[in-house]
Amino acid sequence: MFASHNLRTPLGRARGLGSAKDGLHHWWLQRLTALALIPLTVWFVASVVGLAGSGYEEFATWLSAPCTAAAMILFLGITFHHAQSGMQVVLEDYVSDHGWRNASIIVVKFICYGLAVLSIVSTLIVSFGG
Amino acid sequence: MVEFSLPKNSKPTKGKTYPAPAGAKNVKRFDIYRYDPDSGANPRIDSYDVDMDTCGPMVLDALLKIKDETDQTLTLRRSCREGICGSCSMNIDGGNTLACLKPIDECNGTVKVYPLPHMPVVKDLVPDLTHIYAQYASIEPWMKNDTPPPSSGERLQSPEEREKLDGLWECILCFCCTTSCPSYWWNGDRYLGPAVLLQAARWINDSRDEATGERLDDLEDPFKLYRCHTIMNCTNTCPKGLNPAKAIADIKMKMVERAG
Repeated sequence: MFASHNLRTPLGRARGLGSAKDGLHHWWLQRLTALALIPLTVWFVASVVGLAGSGYEEFATWLSAPCTAAAMILFLGITFHHAQSGMQVVLEDYVSDHGWRNASIIVVKFICYGLAVLSIVSTLIVSFGG
Repeated sequence: MVEFSLPKNSKPTKGKTYPAPAGAKNVKRFDIYRYDPDSGANPRIDSYDVDMDTCGPMVLDALLKIKDETDQTLTLRRSCREGICGSCSMNIDGGNTLACLKPIDECNGTVKVYPLPHMPVVKDLVPDLTHIYAQYASIEPWMKNDTPPPSSGERLQSPEEREKLDGLWECILCFCCTTSCPSYWWNGDRYLGPAVLLQAARWINDSRDEATGERLDDLEDPFKLYRCHTIMNCTNTCPKGLNPAKAIADIKMKMVERAG
């Protein structure tokens, strides 16, 4: 953990590059998205259970209601935002190499936001009867 | 990177066994981590059988008895022997605590004694705390004021303001909490750890201090502060019964409070 070949003073090492003056926004948003996902996940699971056994037409009709489509888009957007946010924390915790850590965080963000856009566009297409 | 197993040269081997004196009837075994970096050898676990009829009640009593009567090479830190100085912090029976406050009776079977986890070892039960002390210095743990002291010479504080320091000032810097925290194990080079953050909270909550905002500025960092995920190891292990996890949560809430 502490490289002995480093001749910086202990205080210099402890101060490092100083504070990033950042972290609150990420931490707070992670909690807000978690909070928002509680009712949205309950709604999503209850809806899927309610639609069990239904065909595509019934599902498309259900999704074309404005409130349903809005809730679905919120659920998808917030889920993927929360997922990338949580994955970032995990990677920051467990990957100590600066380059690998940032590269993996970028890949996770690209994947999550790509999936978010894909799923939201799909929702809109089904919702508008495409 | 996370380390799931010890490096090759850190794996303890079985060491010597020191039997209890002949005729001892009430014997307790202590397995103690031994390491001498100058020897080049791997650490070893030595076993000492101690006659409990002639030993004090605490783990520190047994360690000092072993050092005095059986093996003078055993190395450990100790000073006050009553839970005030924080010197004899170590890992006993799987948990970090102070050897002077840990009753031997509370340990079932063999008492396993190791240094504080995941720290470089100077010798035997003595960890190298240089970096943690430097982290403590980095939060500038002293009162910072631009206003000169009043002519009376004393900066006043109401009883209510003073109460906000309760649960914070009692910390003795034994670092049982910090070395029990996985976030500190993995990112201790940057994460300040529960003990230092509790000390930071002690100054942030001091009504006489005028550098609260500056202190929060210095802590707002994904690694210095936000590696805490409130898993509460720190609070569970604190031998003084303090709650560093709450102190850290309070700092985070202060960050939220000042943002809007």
